[in-house]
Amino acid sequence: MIDIPSSSRRSVLTGGVTTLSAAGLVALLGGSVPAAARKADLPAQDAQLLNAALALEHEGIAAYQIAAQSGLLSPDVLKVGITFQSHHKTHRDDLAAAIGRLGGVAATSKPIADYAASLGAGALKTQTDVLKLALRLERGAANAYLGLIPSLQATEFHVLSARLAGDEAFHAAVLGNVLNEPIPQQAPIFG
Amino acid sequence: MARATFRAATRALTLAAAMAVSGAAFAGAGLPRGDAVRGVDLYQAKCGACHSLDSNRVGPAHRGVVGRRAGRVADFRYSKALSASHIVWTPANLDRWLRAPTVMVPGTMMGFRVSSPQERADIIAYLAQNPSRR
Repeated sequence: MIDIPSSSRRSVLTGGVTTLSAAGLVALLGGSVPAAARKADLPAQDAQLLNAALALEHEGIAAYQIAAQSGLLSPDVLKVGITFQSHHKTHRDDLAAAIGRLGGVAATSKPIADYAASLGAGALKTQTDVLKLALRLERGAANAYLGLIPSLQATEFHVLSARLAGDEAFHAAVLGNVLNEPIPQQAPIFG
Repeated sequence: MARATFRAATRALTLAAAMAVSGAAFAGAGLPRGDAVRGVDLYQAKCGACHSLDSNRVGPAHRGVVGRRAGRVADFRYSKALSASHIVWTPANLDRWLRAPTVMVPGTMMGFRVSSPQERADIIAYLAQNPSRR
């Protein structure tokens, strides 16, 4: 399945194998990763995954900032949006702290104009447009955190990811209610 | 020029093969037949927090991913592990990836897993329906 160039294939066969981590080699060969190798790569792998989650939070914070500055939100909705943004800032700080404990370097946010472009903010014309975007992002984030849990090695990060998923699901529920979306008839709703 | 033509032809053949596999032959590979219509909603719900078809966000843009080499979207910063992986995103490889990305490519930044084989097949079928515009 994996296309290994002939030179790489040769190096694997002639001793280049020592340049691969044990986990990488075993994965390349399609087997399971031995516990010792997995343990050795554990902090770095978890830090990588948490950094992707941090990038997601940076985007969420930017999205609420764009919404707040759009002039499209009523005062009541704006207040809720600012509260949700503060939750995402707490998530950001929790993730950055976890990455730091693992010896990683926390990802920084991009300029807000970059987020506006990638989220298609120019197409937002009404409060409903903004709320639909927020709902899509929050719903996706709840699923993202749940789908991340099996890949995280450390139990403390399983808990962290589950807690963040809960917050995102709460946000999605509130936004769905404001948009008069029907209550999902089938459970589980997320994951 | 000839090399560029060869590359284009190879890419077209890879994509055609990948799209064929995403249909009837997909089931032949031991994978469920994907439904691109279900895949639209699943893509939004499961992948949409980080990915879009046409924008690099937390993850790279997905248009044209089926048949593409991993780590090749312009202006997206990949992990070293994925950049060096030499993986081609065939439907079978996408299925392995979505099942457990950190097992397939240790060191990747993507940890999100889709546990349901049918949901993976539906998402892959949707992606196969959105080839590169070039």
